[in-house]
Amino acid sequence: MLYAILCYNSEDAVGAWTQEEDDAVMARLGAVEDRLAKAGRLGPVARLLPTTAATTLRKGKEPLVIDGPFAETKEQLLGFYVVDCASLDQALDTARELTAANPNGGAYEIRPLAIFHPGVGLS
Amino acid sequence: MSDLAWISAALTSARPQAVGALLRYFRDLDTAEEAFQNACLRALKSWPQNGPPRDPAAWLIMVGRNAAIDQVRRAAKQSPLPPEELISDLDDAEGALAERLDGADYRDDILRLLFICCHPDLPPTQQIAVALRIVSGLTVKQIARAFLVSESAMEQRITRAKARIADADVPFETPGALERSERVAAVLAMVYLVFNEGYSAGADDVAARSPLCEEAIRLGRLLLRLFQTEPEVMGLTALMLLQHSRGAARFDGQGAVVLLDDQDRSLWNRQMIAEGLALIDKAMRHVRPGPYQIQAAIAALHARATLPKDTDWAQIERLYAALEHMQPSPVITLNRAVAVSKVQGPQAALALIEPLADRLSGYFHFFGLKGGLLLQLERREEARVAFDRAIALANTAAEAAHIRLHLDRLMRESEEAGAKTMKNHS
Repeated sequence: MLYAILCYNSEDAVGAWTQEEDDAVMARLGAVEDRLAKAGRLGPVARLLPTTAATTLRKGKEPLVIDGPFAETKEQLLGFYVVDCASLDQALDTARELTAANPNGGAYEIRPLAIFHPGVGLS
Repeated sequence: MSDLAWISAALTSARPQAVGALLRYFRDLDTAEEAFQNACLRALKSWPQNGPPRDPAAWLIMVGRNAAIDQVRRAAKQSPLPPEELISDLDDAEGALAERLDGADYRDDILRLLFICCHPDLPPTQQIAVALRIVSGLTVKQIARAFLVSESAMEQRITRAKARIADADVPFETPGALERSERVAAVLAMVYLVFNEGYSAGADDVAARSPLCEEAIRLGRLLLRLFQTEPEVMGLTALMLLQHSRGAARFDGQGAVVLLDDQDRSLWNRQMIAEGLALIDKAMRHVRPGPYQIQAAIAALHARATLPKDTDWAQIERLYAALEHMQPSPVITLNRAVAVSKVQGPQAALALIEPLADRLSGYFHFFGLKGGLLLQLERREEARVAFDRAIALANTAAEAAHIRLHLDRLMRESEEAGAKTMKNHS
């Protein structure tokens, strides 16, 4: 079953990491991705730019374009993984693996997908 | 990443909000800073043991506030602060109250802090020093190293700045709309000065000074959170990201400067470029052009060109013309001339810069460009004169070395021409 693992953390804190620290975290997460890919379980993965680069379209009679993310929150959506898991338990284990690779701050939200279109394999 | 590294990052990112709130409580910069330092020391002891709090800033504010109050009490010989174990994480009622109070004010707190650092009574050098110390949390040693002065000189600069702040009549009320728009320009100027200090470093100083570029970009993102809809804030941050994205390509193995046209574009940082382009796209939606946006748009055109020959020089020329209109300056005209030379050829560019000779008589780049244009027109002797003048005015060894490359080429070409002449006559 397909799950989205949504990555939340304080983007201020992440933004204060040195390049070396950031690279080290990305390398460890990359190793988790490699294992998932070898197991045939890895879907699209994205790291998002900071919320300061975001623009929101508020729907309504006259849709409104707003600078910034959907909501101002203490921790922000920073990225996501789409993974194929046999059960919620396996999804949680995957989230634990990611946590081991990136232990500091934030949370992973695990949400099953209702519909998934893989798209055309962008890069 | 080690515990300590993450805690350090958490303390750094919480600093503006925490020091800002403590400043609001105590109305004194030194007290606020000291309170924050104390709170950080306690965090370094307690967080590795108890785990990090969910809201580091709120924790630091509460602990900092209590630590400072405690100092006042102890001075008045009253009861001391409860021991570490009783300063719990923010799952208690008082913590929740503190969080609610501080969450609402955090934007204004940070703004007040930035405005104080960029107070009009402070000269730019002091503004930069005090902002980097108080808002960014760089140590005096780091700041001194980055600005190539002694630690004691930088310490003095910061002390003088704080004294001026204390003397100035600093309002602690929320800055009003007019004050905001006036003062944000000063803050942007300060941030760009910090960036340029880092960007203008030669290959030797890069390690010490390029952290300034990163710090300026962090401050830019902080300003974006405070001024979500201001296109010039987007423009400045985009400009810094796009310029810094080229960092790895700007120096060769020997430490000489590599010009934009010659840079290995595969070394450009694509993630920074993506963020810069996103920001300039957002800014342009507002249709409120400004100098930072225009400079960012120029940088964006370079970033979008896979190869130098793909660069949209015509559009760059138009952007420089617009910038010239906004902020007339001979240096901007000089930059525009480079674009003109690509679009209309060296003769037109030369005609554009000739009238600037008086005003730019001491400017290295003027003679560098003039020499280059004359060389393209095969006016070799005049080119050599210009390049000689450029070397005399060069600020760094790297700049001088670059011009010497041109001169060496000129020498070689004239030798080859001379040898050919002799051959033809023998």
